[in-house]
Amino acid sequence: MSHTVNHESILGKFPGTNWDQEAGALIVPAVQAKEIATWLRDNDAFLLDYCSNVTGVDYLECEVKEKVTKEDGTVENVTRTEPSRMDVVYHLYSMQKQTGPLVFKQRTNREQPEVESLTPVWRSCELQEREVFDLFGVNFKSHPDQRRILMWDEFEGHPMRKDYTEPFDYEWEPTPHDEILEKHQRGKVIV
Amino acid sequence: MSSATAIAPNYELIQQDGLETSLLEVSMGPHHPSTHGVFRMDVKLDGETVVDLQPVFGYLHRNHEKLAENMSYLGSMPFTDRLDYFNSMTNNWAYALAAEKLVEIEVPERADYLRVIMAELTRLVNHVSLVGFFINDLGALGTPLLYAFREREKILDLFEQASGARMMCNYFRFGGLRNDVPEGWLDRARDVVDHFPVFLDEYEQLLCENEIILSRTQGVGCLSRDLAISAGITGPMLRASGVNYDIRKVDKYSIYDRFQFRVPYTDGNVGDCYDRFMVRMLEMRESIRILKQALDGIGDGPVLGNAPKVFKPKPAEVYGRVEAPKGELGFYLIADGTPKPYRYRVRPPSLINLTVLRDMCLGQKVADAVIILGSIDIVLGEVDR
Amino acid sequence: MTTENLNAGMDLDDNTRSELERAGVIVSQVASLYNWARGGSVWPLTFGLACCAIEMIASATSRFDISRFGSEVFRPTPRQADLMIVSGTVTKKMAPQVVRIYNQMPEPKWVIAMGACAISGGPFKQGYNVLKGIDRYIPVDVYLPGCPPRPEAVLQSLNYLQEKIRTQDIKSDPAFTKGRRQYPVPEFTGKDLEPPYNPEVWQPPANPNDKPLEKATA
Repeated sequence: MSHTVNHESILGKFPGTNWDQEAGALIVPAVQAKEIATWLRDNDAFLLDYCSNVTGVDYLECEVKEKVTKEDGTVENVTRTEPSRMDVVYHLYSMQKQTGPLVFKQRTNREQPEVESLTPVWRSCELQEREVFDLFGVNFKSHPDQRRILMWDEFEGHPMRKDYTEPFDYEWEPTPHDEILEKHQRGKVIV
Repeated sequence: MSSATAIAPNYELIQQDGLETSLLEVSMGPHHPSTHGVFRMDVKLDGETVVDLQPVFGYLHRNHEKLAENMSYLGSMPFTDRLDYFNSMTNNWAYALAAEKLVEIEVPERADYLRVIMAELTRLVNHVSLVGFFINDLGALGTPLLYAFREREKILDLFEQASGARMMCNYFRFGGLRNDVPEGWLDRARDVVDHFPVFLDEYEQLLCENEIILSRTQGVGCLSRDLAISAGITGPMLRASGVNYDIRKVDKYSIYDRFQFRVPYTDGNVGDCYDRFMVRMLEMRESIRILKQALDGIGDGPVLGNAPKVFKPKPAEVYGRVEAPKGELGFYLIADGTPKPYRYRVRPPSLINLTVLRDMCLGQKVADAVIILGSIDIVLGEVDR
Repeated sequence: MTTENLNAGMDLDDNTRSELERAGVIVSQVASLYNWARGGSVWPLTFGLACCAIEMIASATSRFDISRFGSEVFRPTPRQADLMIVSGTVTKKMAPQVVRIYNQMPEPKWVIAMGACAISGGPFKQGYNVLKGIDRYIPVDVYLPGCPPRPEAVLQSLNYLQEKIRTQDIKSDPAFTKGRRQYPVPEFTGKDLEPPYNPEVWQPPANPNDKPLEKATA
């Protein structure tokens, strides 16, 4: 039962931001991210001094079916393509006021993902942003030490992306099931 | 505020008597008698003083998050046991809390009481093992650790009777617990809880005024209040640096607002290893208080609420967190209407507490670096997932 | 547990034997004495990787007490240890270090693969960073299943190892036939370890069918 933070004043002060009602999150453009973050940390109404969680989410291009009500009142089923994107999500709390969380997202594209690093604002983003770089491939501008953290340095690829394919390493098993059965049926066996 | 958050520069070398020396680079780990798991620290030493320190991990990265994206929600519950392998019950609870927020399930009261009892027993297990390992790192080879493990075995027996396994319990379900505790379990738990303060008194008498511990841990690894808040430190380490923030009191999840207990924290002037050690000793006493109140107040009833047969939540995002013995353990779940989660993220307290390892160790001796690592209380299963 | 026949190959009748024993003379083979001594004091290496390490430490504590079986001390350095209990998941990032530490151990040396993860990858088998069993790079003597195995199971695996040592023929001991066994350390490449397994030590199981199965026959 934490006390949620009221986001209305942020939308008023920084016109480039949006509020995503379904996710309950504040979408922030990358150029303004550091300014907004510093304001959220220092402003007396918020005092969001504790960044709890930084994570990345990968969205491939997909088709979304929606029901749209037109002007004359009829309801129509519309299929539209949702473009691909990559989000970096921050959960912010205030230790002094004991309120939170405020969810804060930086949105970027999948081909050349680049966002602003918030390590100068909250130190806890340092290792977590390195992990997002390692596993998703998002480039954080002005991060003090951006390199791989969990995988070995020579590793190529970003494993947590939705379109990552593992190297084919199928070996025969007497009773395969699930993913191993799929690989079995493809028929290739390594020797 | 900016000086507290800036990355600390390298410690300055002093040249004495015109002697030119070079730095010694030592890679401590991943196999080292005192690192708590497969953790590596690359330290640069000037004599015995640490000049630079870089932690390297990933030696236990088992891609838990990617596995969970291909499994049903309940199927990842046994994997949460293996995150922080000392406290499997708390990990289960954090995940169950996050999933219960996605789909509004009512948890029956007896299940809530039993959950609190299991979580506080886990806190006792963790703190007592940590104190044992910490004193082991200081050089008391084995004896306090064996005493601590003796107490841990009693509590693990209780876990085995309730859930069937000593360590990887897999006991929590969405909406309650898997099964009720057997007959007589509550009395046995009461015996263990009544005897525990005797052991704590014995431990405190041996250790807390001990000259060697005082001289080796006081003033070592100081963490200031501002840096702790900015670096996202949580748990006993934060409270030893002077911040009164305990998620059991802030969020009041489950039925914690029914119990009376205090949160030990310091005034924040020092925040050294001794403070962290003492905060954990005091927290154990508070856990015993909560346990006594819970064991007195528990009633009868079912232990599993009405969870849907197929767990298929509507598209939503949720972040659920608990006060794990090591800090704030959170689960961030994004559901998309299918039986498998779209994104499953574990917020690991041990990884984030490691952010300040370098700041605390600069300027200290290399033997102190080992103790500072021990006092942060990391478990590699959680750092690497 | 079987006890070695102390007078194998010698024809001494019982009277002579008991007379000799009363005089303080025991007749035995060098091999049995040698194996008895080696098996009775196996000192493990502290090599805990993950959750199974806690059960290994618990087997060394006062309730289960591994030192009554001879493993009095756990040595931190491989140069002074006999037994490596690989407890926990071996990831691809950690595999070269495991092989290096195995190479540093002097003969005679044994390996116990403790837990499902060390035997074959365990619950984390489908992972881009998990090695499917440590027996791909080093030879394993005893496999101990469990997740995690109880401390009593660790003690039983030590008993099996001791029996294996006691019934071993001294002439076929690898310490004398091959010298100190050292295996090449794998290297990191962009996708996987190079080589993915060591062909001397392990071969992938051969598919007995000519063509792939239509569906699983479980």
